[in-house]
Amino acid sequence: MSITDLGIAAIRDGFRNGDFSAAEVADAFNAAVSSARALNAFIIETPDHARFAAEAADKARSAGSLLPLSGVPLGIKDLFCTAGYQTTAASGMLSGFVPTYESTVTARLFGAGAGMLGKLNLDQFAMGSSNETSAFGNVVSPWRRNDGGNAPLAPGGSSGGSSSAIAARIVPAATGTDTGGSIRQPAAFTGIAGIKPTYGRCSRFGIVAFASSLDQAGAMAQDVRDCAILLEAMAGFDPKDSTSLDIAVPAWERELSADLRGKKVGIPKEYRVDGMPEAVDALWSQGIQWLRDAGAEIVDVSLPHTRFALPTYYIIAPAEASSNLARYDGVRYGLRELPEGANLQDMYAATRAAGFGSEVRRRILIGTYVLSAGFYDAYYTKAQKVRALIARDFEQVFQDVDVLLTPTAPSAAFALGEKSADPLEMYLNDVFTVPASLAGLPAMSVPAGLDPQGLPLGLQIIGRPLDEQGVLDVGLAIEQRADFNARPQNWWVK
Amino acid sequence: MSSYRIQGATGEWEVVIGLEVHAQIVSKAKLFSGASAEFGAEPNQNVSLVDAAMPGMLPVPNVECIRQAVKTGMALNAEINRWSRFDRKNYFYADLPQGYQISQLYHPLVGEGAITIDADERSGISEPKTIGIERLHVEQDAGKLMHDQHPTRSYVDLNRSGVALMEIVSRPDMRSPAEAGAYLRKLRSILRYVGSCDGNMEEGSMRADVNVSVRRPGMPFGTRTETKNVNSIRFVMAAIEGEANRQVDVLESGGTIVQETRLYDPDRNETRSMRSKEDAHDYRYFPDPDLLPLELSEDFVAACAAELPELPDAKRARYEGPLGVPAYNAAVITADVETARWFEALLEASGKTSPETAKAASNWLISDLFGALNRLGKDIADSPVSPGQGAELLALVADGTLSGTLAKQVFEIMIETGEDPGKIVEERGLKQTSDTGAIEAVIAEVMAANADKVADYRSGKDKLFGFFVGQTMKAMGGKANPGVVNELLKKALA
Repeated sequence: MSITDLGIAAIRDGFRNGDFSAAEVADAFNAAVSSARALNAFIIETPDHARFAAEAADKARSAGSLLPLSGVPLGIKDLFCTAGYQTTAASGMLSGFVPTYESTVTARLFGAGAGMLGKLNLDQFAMGSSNETSAFGNVVSPWRRNDGGNAPLAPGGSSGGSSSAIAARIVPAATGTDTGGSIRQPAAFTGIAGIKPTYGRCSRFGIVAFASSLDQAGAMAQDVRDCAILLEAMAGFDPKDSTSLDIAVPAWERELSADLRGKKVGIPKEYRVDGMPEAVDALWSQGIQWLRDAGAEIVDVSLPHTRFALPTYYIIAPAEASSNLARYDGVRYGLRELPEGANLQDMYAATRAAGFGSEVRRRILIGTYVLSAGFYDAYYTKAQKVRALIARDFEQVFQDVDVLLTPTAPSAAFALGEKSADPLEMYLNDVFTVPASLAGLPAMSVPAGLDPQGLPLGLQIIGRPLDEQGVLDVGLAIEQRADFNARPQNWWVK
Repeated sequence: MSSYRIQGATGEWEVVIGLEVHAQIVSKAKLFSGASAEFGAEPNQNVSLVDAAMPGMLPVPNVECIRQAVKTGMALNAEINRWSRFDRKNYFYADLPQGYQISQLYHPLVGEGAITIDADERSGISEPKTIGIERLHVEQDAGKLMHDQHPTRSYVDLNRSGVALMEIVSRPDMRSPAEAGAYLRKLRSILRYVGSCDGNMEEGSMRADVNVSVRRPGMPFGTRTETKNVNSIRFVMAAIEGEANRQVDVLESGGTIVQETRLYDPDRNETRSMRSKEDAHDYRYFPDPDLLPLELSEDFVAACAAELPELPDAKRARYEGPLGVPAYNAAVITADVETARWFEALLEASGKTSPETAKAASNWLISDLFGALNRLGKDIADSPVSPGQGAELLALVADGTLSGTLAKQVFEIMIETGEDPGKIVEERGLKQTSDTGAIEAVIAEVMAANADKVADYRSGKDKLFGFFVGQTMKAMGGKANPGVVNELLKKALA
């Protein structure tokens, strides 16, 4: 077993025990990162940052002043602004943009002793489910189908750099952000764990905004325990984000328990959709059995407005995005296209046409349309009402059950290019993940099995507001029983 | 009822006016960022990352700005909404870094209120009139474009970007330019009393959008035009007059009024079209998802109410009533908070005041002090004479030390030197004398030198008495007590 096989807890504890130095850890992962460029998981690599944090950790260990994440290097999704390091949101619009400021989440992680291996690739402005909308080229999943066809597969999106890098063991863990499933779906596609906390747990300050009322940072890692450790370090009240929750962060790792006796798990019937592969359905049933084995009571429940979640999401998210992305106008930073003789309007048009990819442009247009005079009530106001109904569905079932268990995505990873021509088919990938996003609920995906083609499948756990503990506990119970230890073939190392 | 009418070729027209006033809130920091809101800094010195709309930056409401707006709402006798919300007004312009202005369209902070304008016969306002306030909301100001810095490019100054404004919207209750002027003066007076806006129209901290329509008296409202950003009361009145006359000309020549935005050109004293309703922006207002609804606690509202000073109407009533200040003086003094403060300091320095002293003090303030300040071109806040010195001067008159004439002389010296009146009287021997021996001696000299006039007087030319008074006062250098002179002269001439 090499150092790069280790996750957060193992690195932290091994480092504390003196099994290895932080510098050895950083060097091993830096080397792994630079040898895995075939995955295109990183937009920039930052070995100096990881090395510097490691040296500080080694000194801290000598001085007896260790921090929670001392010695642990991380991948950072390139949606988090990092002071002195290029931050692009995978868009040409921000190519070369180097913030002078640090996002609250990365500031907390670095303050807790973590180092940064690099900025991870993603769908442009976090808009996409396959990583194909990145202006820096798509990330490739380390997984391959066992049919011998070798089709390059999507790592999921938008946090596809994060999922791919963790699955390939070139980072021990990574930050993600989730607006409609951007942590959970890529986690499911690549056989790793990922949690999106309750909306407001993590500060959005310094995260390039996509849809403010939905965006939430979260943790992606090899397993549930590492997710708990990482999320604990990321979360916490931030006066710089008005929507941040002023509530203490629980000791999620310490309280982890796979004993589910006395817990009720709801199985929402609306998540059984037509055309869902048999393997997904079978895994769901298997998951239900595992939870029963862990002592939980299983209850069939109904979330009647689920089928409206996807259209609702695809009104609200683009509406907010159309406004959030108005600041990329070529005036103050980032790309500026100034054709000969151009006036201000011409500059806007040229800059935004050149800087935004087609999916970003599509969503800006959808958002602009649904907010425009005469359509606002029919789309945006209606969508907000439906959003409230979806949240109420959850509120009602959570009076009876503690958590919900569903598949994370309706299928295993698809091949790159397979769905990119049809945005609607692409959007359907989010069908199981958007309801929890709309309701602001904590939700996670844990790897639970493989489909007949040898690709990972995930199960999703959705919890009550602020009950990340309940979600993690159920995740742990599944993890222990699924014993998911499949790994992709190491084809990418050069 | 206003009798203001425009005499058209086909009969009389009545003017209907509503005003939207943008008042810059007095606060140290901007509405949603910690940057300074001070006027007059070098370009782009007061700009935070939030004001420049850097990626990932979030707005956080400044409670001080909210407090100022709530207090203003209370001073306008308006409903304070315990629940309000910020909306985004989306449009592209180089002085608007976010690509949207954070404002309040759907749920303003302050609801219905009213202002009473005073009767002013000379301006055709025959009796006090109540002007309805429709709403007051809080919003961000934009930055400023500078077109004179470069031959082909425009520069952007973001110092003002994000500064807090109150938009105070009146009902269309005004019927003459004079009423609009009176409304603006009264509103400015109230804002200055509250301390929520300095009301300085030259610096742009208060500006008005003027809505004007005309109609036949008694008929329904006509189509209105909106003249934007008029920056003095005089210009507002001129713009209304010009625009109303233009509308009458259009209507009388068979045309129709187009609902449009117009600009006022003070050099030509006319309004001209800026854009019509057809090419009006679609601002795509929607609730700002970066901000939670603004919920005011009863404690906060009570604290705002407790901080509210005595307002002009109440102060005026108190001056006229218990204090005994003549009505005209009370109106003049209470119109401006600085004057009222000065007057009250004057009374306080005078010790226990009777209606006589209050009347004398008010007369002295609006004639002598105002006269001197006018001559010097100074505001009362910069008066070279302090309230304490004024009180001392008035006391010297009241106790007979100074005659009215002497008091004026002493005051002139006070204005020039800033010295205390007592010291001036002492050092320059300006004290009034009631020494009967000295006065009798002078009277004897005057009578000896004017024996013919004495004879005339004694033969019935009573009017010559004034001549003897004048001669005696002159000979005594103006320092004789006029009462004593009168008395002794009557005796001597008898």
